[in-house]
Amino acid sequence: MSRAQAPYTGVAVCAPITVPYQRFSAEPAHWWAGRALRLLHENTGLRPADIDGFCFSSFSCGPDTAVGMTQHLGLTPRWLDHIPTGGASGVMALRRAARAVQCGDAELVVCLAADTNQIDSFRHSLAGFSRFSQDAVYPYGFGGPNATFALITDAYMREYGVTREDFGKLCVAQRANAGSNPLALQRKPLSLDAYMAARPIADPVHLFDCVMPCAGAEAFIVTTPERAEELGLKMAQILATIERHNAFPEDPVQLRGGWAMDIEGFWQTARITPAEVDTLQVYDDYPVIVAMQIEDLGFCNKGKVGEFIRANEFTIDGDLPLNTNGGQLSAGQAGAAGGFQNVTEGLRQILHAPLGDQVPDASIAAISGFGLVNYDRGVCTAAALLEALP
Amino acid sequence: MTAARERRDPLARKKLRHVPSGLRSRAMHALSARAAQGLFALQACTECGTATYPPRDACPLCWGELAWTEQPSGAKVLCETTIRVSTDLYFREHMPWRMGKVLLDAGPVALVHLHAALHPDDRADVRMMIDRGGNAALFAVPAGDTDLMSDPQWREFIVPIEGRIVLVSDARNAIGRAMVKELQARGAELIVAGLPGPALASDATDAVLTLDRVQAIALDVTDATSVAEAASRIGGPLDIVVNTARHVRAGGVSANPGFVEQRRAFEVSAMGLSRLASTFAPMLAGRPNGAFVDVLSSAALVGDAAQAGFAAAEAARHSLLQSLRHEMRGAGVRVMSVFTGPVDDADHQALPPPKVAPARIAASVAEALLNGREQTCVGDVAQDAMERWLADPALLAREKNL
Repeated sequence: MSRAQAPYTGVAVCAPITVPYQRFSAEPAHWWAGRALRLLHENTGLRPADIDGFCFSSFSCGPDTAVGMTQHLGLTPRWLDHIPTGGASGVMALRRAARAVQCGDAELVVCLAADTNQIDSFRHSLAGFSRFSQDAVYPYGFGGPNATFALITDAYMREYGVTREDFGKLCVAQRANAGSNPLALQRKPLSLDAYMAARPIADPVHLFDCVMPCAGAEAFIVTTPERAEELGLKMAQILATIERHNAFPEDPVQLRGGWAMDIEGFWQTARITPAEVDTLQVYDDYPVIVAMQIEDLGFCNKGKVGEFIRANEFTIDGDLPLNTNGGQLSAGQAGAAGGFQNVTEGLRQILHAPLGDQVPDASIAAISGFGLVNYDRGVCTAAALLEALP
Repeated sequence: MTAARERRDPLARKKLRHVPSGLRSRAMHALSARAAQGLFALQACTECGTATYPPRDACPLCWGELAWTEQPSGAKVLCETTIRVSTDLYFREHMPWRMGKVLLDAGPVALVHLHAALHPDDRADVRMMIDRGGNAALFAVPAGDTDLMSDPQWREFIVPIEGRIVLVSDARNAIGRAMVKELQARGAELIVAGLPGPALASDATDAVLTLDRVQAIALDVTDATSVAEAASRIGGPLDIVVNTARHVRAGGVSANPGFVEQRRAFEVSAMGLSRLASTFAPMLAGRPNGAFVDVLSSAALVGDAAQAGFAAAEAARHSLLQSLRHEMRGAGVRVMSVFTGPVDDADHQALPPPKVAPARIAASVAEALLNGREQTCVGDVAQDAMERWLADPALLAREKNL
């Protein structure tokens, strides 16, 4: 990156919203989006006319897009975006909305992700997910993302000597974090023995390496600090963001993500180091991707994540509180909303309004997204650093 | 024949046969069309030469046009998994399923079906197969000679002969006789040998018809009643039909038309195929690894003034075969075309070589089954005709009718 990233001056992030997840829902994505806006109204007093920017993400809203949502939900925005990047969509919505607000294209942007999960809808959404998937992935056993990430996990474990016990420690910590989150779908304590003894799904991926698809919605607001103050909302500022797609296409297997291309500028722009981060919220479709983000975001050297996991604790009271709501592995994966919960949970922790236990004295959150297995790897990566404003 | 074989409860619930999803892009269908011919072809850029996979519509390195080119099939295994859970009905019946990722010698990486003996860092040979849904699928097998048949996953991509029950539609002609012998030697459990026309006194002592595990049966593909009676006599399961019926005669269109011969050619080649298909397709569809193999002439590809009626009837047969393939895809029954040029038999007494020995055609049918090959051309004449037809069908039509 030759040009330095402009700072996000005059931008405030606030009002994290989570509509309680359900394992299955007969309601469509539109209903979940509506619930999120209603909760937003209850928390902030905002009405449709107050929203002049709208950024939407969903896999299950078809045949509608953000366009249909405006009419459906009674919005008249002067700035509109639809983000199809799944697990990276939260950070991407954040950085797009931030620039819109900073440049005056909009004053108050609602970023919203909503997905439903009807019986059997997971199978259908898999079947038509992407052209490369239908042509060259699903015909090979139709294992879905489990098989794709099994291959990545297999290669990653061989290359870097990471063990199932290492992944298990991350999953067990996240389950412990979910224990205090009343909205998490899976709160029953998980022991390392139970993790190790779980049934194999696609070797070496076992049951507790997999997320539980569910229905849900997540939202947050990006606006000016002045407007946030008028609304009486606690707020955070953006220290830095990055985004990258189809990074390292020449790598035969995805052992690193797009973060690695841009990470130096990320920390330089933010003028902090990983050691100053109070809580890390990363996309956790599978623990191998959590491990990959810990490395590629610079929390440890590449290839050393096994040692790092063994030397640190990831619970809310640990050295590096990780996915403090339980993450998708324990809270549930509500489609594109799964790509927003890293933002909403990170925001809650630094605004000191958590769903469950509070990370003590948290003021800086690192947030990372990873999305869209188009063929053999996640294509979209993004990350952001948020700091609470006094 | 029926008495010795197991009878089924007609009210018992039938086992449904599922096939893998058939949704594919147009570029992927182009790959399948090449896989059906037994080619290991990938797209390569016409500008920078880079091979690409999965099929695309532009070169990802320079945005140049892509063209299908044959590529080396060697590869190195990068990683593996054994899938134990799937939401797909076909794969659920075949769990666990091994797949992996390979780095092709041609350049790209590919997800592949993985042979049981292969593991990361192993060298592999990647076979371009056709899956049960009729689409191209890459299957990595160990490099060198290996017993592939012992891998149950591999058997999903081919049609075993050993232990199967096979109908040869016309065992009276030279191709059919060779076919019966071949199937018998390959260990088929029962070969039903169809005999058109009246039984001959010599049938009782015929060297082929009296082979062990061979049962002669009256079968005239030009007669619907005869076909129905044959099906009822077979009664029990039927795994494979090999259609060897044909009526080869010279003759033109306006000059020396031979209407009786022309009509007969259509009755055998075209209507005969339809009669066989309508009667036996439901029996094949009830079987795992069912197949319908049709031996047809490369004269089917373009008109041929020297044998106008025969070529036209074979063209109709070729056309019907493509439609039958579509119909059988949903049931997972493979429809295979084995093209041959002039055969070294009584039908081609007047022709000089090259002619194909009936035994070679029979061996090619067996190879097609055992390799899951959708389309095969036996002998120089058929291969040459297919190459010229693929390259320039309009030119071939002109050259065959000069």
